[in-house]
Amino acid sequence: MSNNNAEILLKVEDLKMHFPIYRGVFQRQVGAVRAVDGISFDVYRGETLGLVGESGCGKSTTGRTILQLYKPTDGQIHFEGADLVTLHGEEMRRMRRKMQMIFQDPYASLNPRMTVEQIVGEPLMVHNVATGKEIEERVKHLLELVGLNPAFSTRYPHEFSGGQRQRVGVARALALQPSFIICDEPISALDVSIQAQVVNLLEELQEQFNLTYLFIAHDLSMVRHISKRVAVMYLGVIVELTDRDELYSSPLHPYTQALLSAVPIPDPLLDAQRKRTILEGDVPSPANPPSGCRFRTRCPIAQSLCAESRPEFREVKPGHFVACHLVK
Amino acid sequence: MPDLLLDVQGLETTFKTPDGVVHAVNGVSFTLKEGETLGVVGESGCGKSVTMHSMLRLIPTPPGKIVAGKALFFGQDLLKMTTEEIRHVRGGQIGMIFQDPMTSLNPVLTIGKQLEEPLMLHVGMSKKQAQERAAELLAMVGIPNAKDRLKDYPHQYSGGMRQRVMIAMALSCSPQILIADEPTTALDVTIQAQITDLVKRLRDEIGMSIIWITHDLGVVAGLAHRVVVMYGGFIIEESPVKELYANPTHPYTIGLLGSLPRVDEKERSRLFSIEGAPPVLYNKPTACPFAPRCKWAMERCWNENPMLEPVAPEHRVACWVDTKTGRPRS
Repeated sequence: MSNNNAEILLKVEDLKMHFPIYRGVFQRQVGAVRAVDGISFDVYRGETLGLVGESGCGKSTTGRTILQLYKPTDGQIHFEGADLVTLHGEEMRRMRRKMQMIFQDPYASLNPRMTVEQIVGEPLMVHNVATGKEIEERVKHLLELVGLNPAFSTRYPHEFSGGQRQRVGVARALALQPSFIICDEPISALDVSIQAQVVNLLEELQEQFNLTYLFIAHDLSMVRHISKRVAVMYLGVIVELTDRDELYSSPLHPYTQALLSAVPIPDPLLDAQRKRTILEGDVPSPANPPSGCRFRTRCPIAQSLCAESRPEFREVKPGHFVACHLVK
Repeated sequence: MPDLLLDVQGLETTFKTPDGVVHAVNGVSFTLKEGETLGVVGESGCGKSVTMHSMLRLIPTPPGKIVAGKALFFGQDLLKMTTEEIRHVRGGQIGMIFQDPMTSLNPVLTIGKQLEEPLMLHVGMSKKQAQERAAELLAMVGIPNAKDRLKDYPHQYSGGMRQRVMIAMALSCSPQILIADEPTTALDVTIQAQITDLVKRLRDEIGMSIIWITHDLGVVAGLAHRVVVMYGGFIIEESPVKELYANPTHPYTIGLLGSLPRVDEKERSRLFSIEGAPPVLYNKPTACPFAPRCKWAMERCWNENPMLEPVAPEHRVACWVDTKTGRPRS
């Protein structure tokens, strides 16, 4: 890949996550939702890898499966030298300290009956890294880090605004000094003026602690802003992965091209100039995906070959991976 | 003035809550011309939806109350109409589409039934005529096999298709005005592009006026002719679309545009962020509602609320400060 000297922190190989569908009196398995269907990628230490796609493409499932919140159907996840899929019990618990998650909905992801101090302090207690007075100190420090007044530590989530709650979520994720954080649509639920605040905070913290982010989002402009490299998902597979500038300036996969052209630009002059590719129809069901290339049913340039075999996810230029038969 | 479809003047709406009276809309005035698309931009709680709902008398009273103002539609005040009259206007001359197409459709009635009802009610069509028209409408908004799909229920449609049905429904009685309240917010970008394209096409075909409410400055850029920006229940800037993006003048508008990363972004830099959070208005503001978050704020901003004043042709701004120089506006 492009940055050979960088250390690989996370290596995902042929990851599959199929959710079974049960039917009938005997609850027999009649099929599976192929939420994630064989994806491979690396995340380098200190970088932000953006993972974009439309709703239902499997991007959140990918994040959750990496953290072993779901047991993957198949594949390997190497993190700091260990295969997470094979870890159990105490080993896995110790590993969890190093990987944390920031959730989309700051209203649903904080327990309304706990104070901010309890919420942010809980990971410290659960993992026995601090006790009593020490927790209190650490929580105050964490709140300061994320730009909240430490005096608020006795307040409850409902006393905070959306942006502040998301800061609490960030503080909780930082509590165990992780090296890797999965940000699952961390700003989608926030107002535009607040989104910028949270993104700036995430960037500052990354510089300060050399954090590695997997940034999951559907907002392509925000992903472009925060990521170093970007992976595009469609219906359970990664269709393109490359450096962010390369992806946005010369996207190769027809889906990426359509996706980028659909993003509105906040500038009427530029918006009027550009050519738009409008995709027909909707995303097919992941329980019954099209044969061959997943995108062929909506692809403007699909050929008969696309229905026959699944395109390989291959490196067409250094560091630029694409899964499409028609890209030379 | 025959070309002025809608003329809203000094609209004020309050809501009674257990914590006090919230002043959601504080004297909003705007106009809509024939064939024009007006973008209404603002963050959640800025009063953009309440303004439209008040105008159409769709806010629950109580706790809501329209305290003052006029909303002249062809010279007739919507706020003074009888319930019967306003019902005739809604869905008839003014169509609406909402953010969430699932909750605005009745899940136990077929799409066909829901499309035919307004046609029989407002236009007075027979059952058979209504059925034919419903199929036409569905085809017009780009749903394949329209005739067969009339028999389907809302859950059998995808999100984007449901929004198309909502548009078909809003257009069924050939309204003069279409009010779209965040119609693409719940949709994916590729579907959003389909819907905005559809609305643009229909607008040019039918020649109706549109009020498009959104928090997304990107969508408005490609769609609207004129934009009003709302904050704290006030209109704080009003301008033709090109002028607004070329010369944003109110500190809040400048901040909003600055806080957006762009797909065509060249250099990577920190985003411009507006510190603090939007206000909840338990008192009718006597000062500029944006002053607590404004980096240009002067003493006057804390004491007096600015009125909309022209800064360029058709471009009006409510701010005491000239944001180009940082000095008081003369």
